[in-house]
Order: sequence, then structure tokens, then C-alpha cells
Amino acid sequence: MSAADGPPLLEAERLALRVGERWLCCEFSLELAPGECLALLGPNGAGKSTLLHTLAGLREPTVGEVRLGGLPYAGWPALAAARFRGLLAQQQPDHFAARVLETVLIGRHPHLGRWGWEGGEDLAIARRALADVGLAGFEQRDLLTLSGGERQRVAIAALLAQAPKLFLLDEPTNHLDLHYQIAVLELFRGLCRAPAADEAAPGRGAVMVLHDINLAARYADQVILLDGRGGVVAGERDAVLRADLLSQAFGHPLRRFEFDGRVTFLPD
Amino acid sequence: MNRTLRPLLVLPALALAGAAALMWALAAGELPVSLADALAAAFGGGEGMKAQIVRELRLPRAVATFVCGGLLALAGALMQVLLRNPLADPYILGISGGAAVGALGAITAGAAAWVIDTAAFGGALAAMLLVFGLAHGDGSWTQTRLLLTGVIVAAGCGAATTLMLALAPDVRVQSMLFWLMGDASGAARPWPALVVLAAGLALLLPFARDLNVLARGELTARALGVRVAGLRRALYLLASLLTAAAVTLVGSVGFVGLIVPHLVRLALGNDQRLLLPAATLAGGILLTVADTAARTVIAPQQLPVGVLTALIGVPVFLFLLARHPR
Repeated sequence: MSAADGPPLLEAERLALRVGERWLCCEFSLELAPGECLALLGPNGAGKSTLLHTLAGLREPTVGEVRLGGLPYAGWPALAAARFRGLLAQQQPDHFAARVLETVLIGRHPHLGRWGWEGGEDLAIARRALADVGLAGFEQRDLLTLSGGERQRVAIAALLAQAPKLFLLDEPTNHLDLHYQIAVLELFRGLCRAPAADEAAPGRGAVMVLHDINLAARYADQVILLDGRGGVVAGERDAVLRADLLSQAFGHPLRRFEFDGRVTFLPD
Repeated sequence: MNRTLRPLLVLPALALAGAAALMWALAAGELPVSLADALAAAFGGGEGMKAQIVRELRLPRAVATFVCGGLLALAGALMQVLLRNPLADPYILGISGGAAVGALGAITAGAAAWVIDTAAFGGALAAMLLVFGLAHGDGSWTQTRLLLTGVIVAAGCGAATTLMLALAPDVRVQSMLFWLMGDASGAARPWPALVVLAAGLALLLPFARDLNVLARGELTARALGVRVAGLRRALYLLASLLTAAAVTLVGSVGFVGLIVPHLVRLALGNDQRLLLPAATLAGGILLTVADTAARTVIAPQQLPVGVLTALIGVPVFLFLLARHPR
């Protein structure tokens, strides 16, 4: 893990969320330092997306406070926050025909002024982002002609073009085949681990909602496990990814295996 | 083509085409006028009957149809963004229905032309506020709720319109039908609507990129720093006002607001910074050409312009749709 110089990317202090009458998670705290990946796990409807949106500042927490780069969201202008943290939504709405390159360039929005127009540098960033997700050559394709997995990668490219320090990913592996599931998570971990380009901009971090426990075991440094009944276990990966805790949260017995030093969980 | 250069080429080309359409509208008619005379007359020169016809009849009508087409196309493009629905048009949320109820009520009462205009505008505003209030009721203001509320209000207005047509004395039915189909012959005062159109476009253009972001979904747009709730309210109010101005000016001309944004999108892509001004110009061109054709093709008989827009628009649209590779 990289040395945490400067404030953590993201902090949640004594956070608790309630939707209607139901508590999604009881009070817990987290701190994400530059260079770290955090995985959010839990059964369907446990509130993973709601928690992620709260961490993104798009929802008020019921209790507690979320701080981005050491500052509560209330202190962030919307566009400045958009340059610091980016969100990959769970679903990509594509109702109108649009070129892939245009769609990726939308990620540059917070970097442009009110009258600004994307310049050569923005175009280069967008093309590089497309190449990073294996979509080089798709620039002029119509979004509506792409497959689900390709559209998901276009959305990821748009997020890369946004170039935030903190990636908030809601099921980034949605619709992706095995190869791209690994490739995309490798990509984000690589971005988090990459040495800071300059002193003023320390490394990046990621929070990702995942369904695959084994991908979480492979890519996460920290894990938050929601059990769908308000219970939360948060902490270092190995402290949370335990067969007993996972079995209880998912309501299905799981067994832990270790091959070549890699931890794997299999359902019984 | 270079992305930043494209608007600099497309928009002047459309503006030129618009000028040509307006010139044709001034020159063509039962009494043909040469282009030079028409232009001179339009700018205040020239004497005699020809100049008078150009100045007092053709010029207001040409401007009215151009402005109305522009208003409808712009409002349609905005409604499609707001509702994220390709079937959205300016009338989908009941604005024209409200205007029709107001206008037909005034026609039934035998009111003067300016009273009919005022009643139409009042009806449109009433429908707009009704839909806004009802869709906003529980504070959720979702697309589906807005769409359903608007469609229901539009259906109610449609029933009221049909009732008025059924009960109206025969002498009024003809002018009612012409109002409903869209009729530019009575449009004598196009200038306020022109101001509305120019102001609307000027207000929108700085936010056109925010509209692009909105197309990525509400959540993503908020995460990208767009103030979605305020933007959507402003969009709704602005699109409704544009529509109200258009139907007050010419009546419920169909197809322009639905087809022109799609035509422009097929030709130029979905970047709102280019789409909004291009659709405005293209809408103006289409309606001006349609109206000029409507009053010259089988002169002295005049066709309702709404029929012509459909006759021109539908085949062009189908051709583009078929040609566009998916």
C-alpha cells in the first residue's frame, strides 16, 4: 500500500443509512487512502448502490458524514467534486443514437468551462480511454449497435476520460465476459497503484460494488460486507472475507480454499 | 470533419437555406413578384400593390411560419432530451391541447383574432402549470410520472376539443378545424414569438453541453456536476413556453416538432450544441417551405400547412431512417 500523504481520498464517519423504515446499514466508518481499492459486497437489495451513491455525495446520509479529500460534500462545488470523484452507474441508459467517441467525451464535461469545446487534448484522452478498455477503432460506431458488454466498456471509458482521483464503480463487471472482467479490474487497480504523476496529485483510489467474492478477494484491499439486515462488517480484506461471515451475509454456506496462495470461496 | 469546425460550416449553410426559403415565401404566390422587388419591398422600399402584398401579407406570414417551425423543432428537441424518449414531441405533455381548448373556446364565442391568440396562450400556460403541479405532486418528478401526467392531460384536452367541435355551430367549425391543423394565414404579429425564439435559444446554448450529459442518465449527470433537478425544471418550462408561443402563432402544426430533431440527429449526431440551433433553423425552413407550397400548389385554394409538413416530412424521414445503417 502506498504511503498516505495528504488527506484520505474518502472518509465516512459513523455512517448509517435508512430507506423508508428499513436500516440498510448501521453505524460504521471507513477511510480510503490513495492507492487502495475497496469492495462493497452483499446480497441483492442490501443497499450497496445506495451506499455507493451516498459515498458519491448524491444522497444525504441518514446519520454521519462523508468527506471527500478531507472536505464534506457540502463544501465542494459540483464541478470540482466531479473532477475529484467519478461514478460508474449500474445501468447505462442509451435511448438515442450517439457515436462512441461523443459519448466518451461527455466524461470531459467537468474539465471544460461553460463555453468550452473539447480540444485536441480531450480527444486524445478520450481515444486513449477507449483503447484502455479494448475499444480502439470503435470511435465512430453508433452506441445502439454495440453489445451490452461493449456499452459497459464505453461507460467505463467515459469514466476514465473524466479522470477522477476516486473511482466509484457500481458493478463494473456487469455484462463483461471473463477476459474483460479481469482486464477492467486490473485496469482500475493499476490506476490506483500507479505512482503519483506529481507531488500535488497523490495516487487514486476505487470503491467498487462487486457480486463476485473471488474478484473481491483478488482485487480489494478493504471490504465492506452488508448482510441486508442492517449489519455491516468493514475492514481489511482478510478480516472480512471469512467463510462464516460471508455464509451468514449471503444466506448460503460457503467454503474457503487456498490454491497457490490465492484465496477462493466456493458455494457448498 | 473537424469537430469544432462542423458547427461553423453547418449553421451558416442552414442559415443561407433559411434565407432562401424566406425569399421564396416572399416572391411566390398568386401574384408573382421578382426576387429583387420582393427583397426591396420587405425592407420597406417599393410602392404599389405588389410591394404592399409582400410587406403586409407575405412578410408577416413568412416570418410567422419560420419562427413557428423553429419554435416547434427546438421545443421537440428539448422534450426528447427531457423525457429521454424518441417519441416525445412538443405536444406530448398537453401544451397544444390546452392551447386548443382555449382557442376553440374563444372561436366558439366568436371572439376577435387577438382574443383567440390570448386564449390559446392562456390555455397552453394553464396546461403547463397543471402538468407541472400534478407531476410534481409527490416531489419525485420522474420522467415516467411527468410523461403519464402530460399524456393524460393531453387526452383530457383532446376530449374537450372534440366536444367543442361537436357542439359548435357550423359556421365556426371551418375556422376551428383550420386552427387545429395549423393555419398561418392569420398570423399578423410574428415578432413577439421571434423574440421568444431568440431568447430561448440564447438561454439554452450555454447549457447545451449539460443537456448532452443529461442523456447519460440522471445519476451519471449529477456525478458529472450537472444540477439535474433545476435543469430539468428549466427545460420543461422553456420547452412549454416555446410550444405555447408556436401554437398561439400558427396553431397545432404537426410533425415538425417530432421529425425535425430526428432528421437533424440522423444527419449531424446528438451533440445538443449543434443539434439545438440546427434543428431550430431546419424547423423554420421546413415550415416556411411547406406553408409556401400550401398556398401556391393548388392556388387559389389554400391547404392547411400541417398537412403539407406531414406530406413532406414523413417520406424524407423514412428515407433517412432506411438509409442510416444500424
